[in-house]
Amino acid sequence: MSIMGLALKSLKNRRATALLTIFSIAVSVALLLGVERIRVEARNSFTSTVSGTDLIVGARSSSLNLLLYSVFHIGNATNNITWETYQELAGDEAVKWTIPLSLGDSHRGYRVLGTSDAMFSSFQYGDGQSLAFSEGKPFSVLYDAVIGSEVAAKLGYKTGDSVVLSHGVNSDSLQQHDDKPFRISGVLQPTGTPLDKVIMVSLEGIEALHIDWINGAPPIAAFSISAKDTEAMSLQPESITAFLVGLNSRISAFRYQRLVNEYGEEALTAILPGVALGELWQLVGTAESALLAVSGLVVIAGLLGMLTMILSSLGERRREMAVLRAVGARPRHIFTLMVTESVLYAAGGVMLGFTLLYGLLFTLQPIFQLQLGLHLAITPPGEFELILATLVVISAALLGSIPAWRAYKNSLADGLTVRL
Amino acid sequence: MSGHLPPVIELDSVEFSWKEGIPVLDIPELKLYPQEKIFIRGPSGSGKTTLLGLLGGVITPQQGTVNVLGQDLAAMSAAQRDHFRADQIGFVFQLFNLIPYLSVIENVVLPLGFAPRRQQKVSESGRTNQQEALRLLQHLGLDDPQLLQRPVTELSIGQQQRVAAARALIGSPGLVIADEPTSALDSNLRTAFIQLLFDECQATGSTLVFVSHDMALESQFDRSIDLQQLNLAGEVA
Repeated sequence: MSIMGLALKSLKNRRATALLTIFSIAVSVALLLGVERIRVEARNSFTSTVSGTDLIVGARSSSLNLLLYSVFHIGNATNNITWETYQELAGDEAVKWTIPLSLGDSHRGYRVLGTSDAMFSSFQYGDGQSLAFSEGKPFSVLYDAVIGSEVAAKLGYKTGDSVVLSHGVNSDSLQQHDDKPFRISGVLQPTGTPLDKVIMVSLEGIEALHIDWINGAPPIAAFSISAKDTEAMSLQPESITAFLVGLNSRISAFRYQRLVNEYGEEALTAILPGVALGELWQLVGTAESALLAVSGLVVIAGLLGMLTMILSSLGERRREMAVLRAVGARPRHIFTLMVTESVLYAAGGVMLGFTLLYGLLFTLQPIFQLQLGLHLAITPPGEFELILATLVVISAALLGSIPAWRAYKNSLADGLTVRL
Repeated sequence: MSGHLPPVIELDSVEFSWKEGIPVLDIPELKLYPQEKIFIRGPSGSGKTTLLGLLGGVITPQQGTVNVLGQDLAAMSAAQRDHFRADQIGFVFQLFNLIPYLSVIENVVLPLGFAPRRQQKVSESGRTNQQEALRLLQHLGLDDPQLLQRPVTELSIGQQQRVAAARALIGSPGLVIADEPTSALDSNLRTAFIQLLFDECQATGSTLVFVSHDMALESQFDRSIDLQQLNLAGEVA
């Protein structure tokens, strides 16, 4: 019988404690892999959102702030861009397309995003995917709205439903635009981007909501303009919050960025999304590292648990070792047997850990998509995972050599005497 | 007694002490001949364990030579002695001979994995390891297929000792050392067990060294050696 066979049978004989040890290693491995997976996927999710966008232009602010409020709807704009400026910058010869973004209103906690048809024709995310509809179509008339998949799922909306938007994005003291309700014309398919959590309307729709507002205050009854009247009016937006730019060639990105940053009429900032994301990762990198370090320590704790288990079993297995010696096992066989056992624990733990991870991924994927808008891609183990798995097994072998060495010394000292 | 054949075991002016200055073993001469069945009578404290350690090559004497099957054990490295022991000596102990997590058959064939020479002997017989184990077990009166399926820990002590004997005999080692193998058995089982052991040692051509303090067994053997008389160190102490 091979040493491996002996080790397997020996473990099987102690299956209760063996399984517990394997399970504790598995949980720690799954935790570490899970933390890493979520870190990578969160980054991918952010990167995916801006993957098709060459530049983002907004009022002058830090690049991170602009990135966060314009695309990820975190925080608020410092200022707006006038319509004239937007028209001029969008007309530059280097520009292939622009998507205007107008933020400021909300509906039951979800942002309202004023935009144009370009959002449906030009916006790209992930690996060059365009927005697709699970039902309905883009907005065509003034009071049409398109909702993201999460909004539809959470609020139970479908095409044809009527929604009333609120002024502002803070939930306290919201003023309702209840005189001008919108009708849902379409629902987007899930994208794994912040667009899952928005209600999109046309820029004209945003303008219509605020046409009779003066200095951010609602109109008094006498001066209010009805929804019906606005439809006949020419609704040119006065300003937008930011706009996304797609260039004909990325080579012109820096020239265009300089053009925007040095624009004389208004204080503007143009950012390259990748660069701004890099700043974001630097910012959150420390927290990520801390989380990874803690998970790493949990794996070490799991392995130390294994070591304790093996060391404490050595006493009762002394006789077994002496019998093995008597039937011809050399001390090195005893050493190999003990190390093999540790490696089996670790290998079992790692395999079970991967099983747990993928089980969790399959369970959590829809929940993460729905609750956080974070799309967890379920992919085969990557380089990091395989390196980690190898490291765990190697560490186990190294740790296992401690009890193996003791068993080795014991077997030399005990010889063939089977003590009672 | 086979005096013309070279001895299987030959001890010459052997001295051994665990601690310097306190000899536990001092044997001027001991010769055991092929296929002899030797009874070594030794109460505890007579240096029995130490003698077995010397014969098994687990320890080497400070003085003198230990020859087993024509090999000077002291001249070998520890690894060579391990190989030699695995190939040439089968052991049966007083109790707990078996590996609890292996089946009866697996326990019996266990030495073959560590002893190429014994494995070769089984292969030369034209039988598989499994067949050879079953054959030995059958000779030792363990041929109930249901019994063989049971975990070794559920066997009676008498059955366990017979499995251990089969393990010591598999692959026909030159020497079988039995250390108080019957002390945990009832007296009616003892005689039967010893007879089985004799028959199998005869069949495989192995020399049997049987160590016990039970005088009642002495008469069944070819020769009896009193370790207390043999071991001068014991007298001193």
